[in-house]
Amino acid sequence: MTPEAAVAAAIELHAQQPGGLLPLLHEIQDRLGYVPPQSLGPIAKAMHLSVAEVHGVLGFYHHFRQKPPGRHILRLCLAEACQSMGSRQLLEHARKITGADLHATSPDGALTLEPVYCLGNCACSPAVLLDKQLFGRVDAQRLEDIVERCREAT
Amino acid sequence: MSARVFVARDSSAISVGAQTVAEAIAAQAARLGEDVEVVRTGSRGLFWLEPLVEVDTAGGRVAYGPVREQDVADLFASGFLRGAHHRLGHGLTQQIPYLARQQRQTFARMGLVDPLSLDDYRQHGGYVGLRQALSMGPAAAVQTLIDSGLRGRGGAAFPTGIKWKTVRDQPSATKYVVCNADEGDSGTFSDRMIMEGDPFVLVEGMAIAGVSVGATQGYIYVRSEYPYAEATIVRAIEVARTAGYLGADVMGSGQRFDLEVRRGAGAYICGEETSMLESLEGKRGMVRFRPPLPAVEGLFGKPTLVNNVVTLASVPTVFAHGAQAYRDFGMGRSRGTLPFQLAGNVRHGGLVETAFGLTLRELLYDFGGGSASGRPIRAVQVGGPLGAYVPQSQFDTPLDYEAFAALGAMIGHGGIVAFDDAADLAQMARFAMEFCALESCGKCTPCRIGSTRAVEVMDRIRAHPENAAHVGLLRELCETMTAGSLCALGGMAPAPVLSVLNHFPEDFGLVAAAAAKSA
Repeated sequence: MTPEAAVAAAIELHAQQPGGLLPLLHEIQDRLGYVPPQSLGPIAKAMHLSVAEVHGVLGFYHHFRQKPPGRHILRLCLAEACQSMGSRQLLEHARKITGADLHATSPDGALTLEPVYCLGNCACSPAVLLDKQLFGRVDAQRLEDIVERCREAT
Repeated sequence: MSARVFVARDSSAISVGAQTVAEAIAAQAARLGEDVEVVRTGSRGLFWLEPLVEVDTAGGRVAYGPVREQDVADLFASGFLRGAHHRLGHGLTQQIPYLARQQRQTFARMGLVDPLSLDDYRQHGGYVGLRQALSMGPAAAVQTLIDSGLRGRGGAAFPTGIKWKTVRDQPSATKYVVCNADEGDSGTFSDRMIMEGDPFVLVEGMAIAGVSVGATQGYIYVRSEYPYAEATIVRAIEVARTAGYLGADVMGSGQRFDLEVRRGAGAYICGEETSMLESLEGKRGMVRFRPPLPAVEGLFGKPTLVNNVVTLASVPTVFAHGAQAYRDFGMGRSRGTLPFQLAGNVRHGGLVETAFGLTLRELLYDFGGGSASGRPIRAVQVGGPLGAYVPQSQFDTPLDYEAFAALGAMIGHGGIVAFDDAADLAQMARFAMEFCALESCGKCTPCRIGSTRAVEVMDRIRAHPENAAHVGLLRELCETMTAGSLCALGGMAPAPVLSVLNHFPEDFGLVAAAAAKSA
């Protein structure tokens, strides 16, 4: 699906919904992996908002991305419970094995590393979310296995 | 006769292998020609035993865990389908002390039922509460909730019945019920467990709320970090609607109430109710001034009842068993039960629903079994990222809203995160302000700017602990944030910082600096 078609479909689905801007932005990101800058104009027009207002909403929420991510998104929980079980060290290890910093994509394009503040898996810390799949009790070895899986899968 | 085996479909259980184990059990049964039905339930909340496998026997369910994929063949060989002894066995699930010592009310069905089976739900007392609420009428229903003493379980602990009455008393023709499922506090997962493991209890609680306050439309605002919970609650709503528990004619009462799920987008501040309403309206999650209260002027300017997941999920129990039965649990002004969540560096992490009044020490050691690392527990953060770090000397405080407030701490949403003696609490204090800076909506200057300045001042304290002026400045800044912020983010982010300054000054190097000065 082209970005233009995805944006048009999202507008079709959500422009008339009360408070529909967030569902609309989710729809675009679910389809494309990010919200392209050129979509702001059409969204603003359809929702009777200014481009600045749409941009303001898009930029407010950590979840929304404005450029394409890697093939997979790996979110590392850095909230307190996971910190108490070593997630800071796990983050260092993730940086080393992926070659990506937080909010960046690994050089091979396999994955984008993002921080997240709580996945609700605090009794099985540390936790990571790979795309929509949750992992608990993640140690260095388990993290390497997860990263390896991202590299293999296309 | 086929054997029934239970494995959780809770995301936390899956995160440590429950899906693989469930598939391995089905595969092994097929290989051996055994007639086995694998039922996927919510989690019992005994997360250190996950993946937990339970088997139906004449005496009740027998538990095995934590089970790995490679243990499955051995379990079959030793006769676990008949509840036989095995090294991973724990006997009858109900008699595991961790569970036996709890007083499960809101979580009574958790782990017992298939989350999306309405038959299971009804067989375990589901929809008794809604029927009761409909038959007594809205005025009596609101009074029942007031009498129960239930207070908001999201953190603020406001009397729920009073809030319901305020919304009910508004003359508006359009009203909303909004469920706050933006469970962003680290160390908490009770909302997630409800949505994944017993979603109908939330749907029923919201329907009771709707018919009692006169609202016809409800929203559940689920955080984007909870994809499993979102998928399950969306499905549960469809099932409930098809069966007539939602829609134009709720349980044949002639009253309309329907639900829609909205997904958050990774903003912690949207757990604050007015910011969440802005977000539901499709805007930046900026905190609103109060008054007007959301109960008077909330979503789209209409009277809106905003309650947390666990609060709404506690409502059916109150109606099914009566206000007095609920009130009989607890102490002081903290009535009923709270699902505490034991998390972080603790050996037996999980969900512990008990009446208020238990001490932190009982929770950490009798239930939690001490730290996961085996080192002494040095501090616990209670009530999420805005909660104080409580030292060992205060572990005997009873868990009661007022007792914790008196310590400068809070129970909040019931999350308890343990740290062992290797933790650098000055770093955790710094993190509290880093997090506040990251998540501030930006409306109030003390929160928006103060949090960044606080991080800088803490760095200066660590570099120059001998300079007392920096500590004075940090305390003053904390005071400004507490007094000058509209909501709890800026208003309470100082709590963890001050608790570390007061109880763990050595982590900032302040004790050594004071000793050097006096020497």
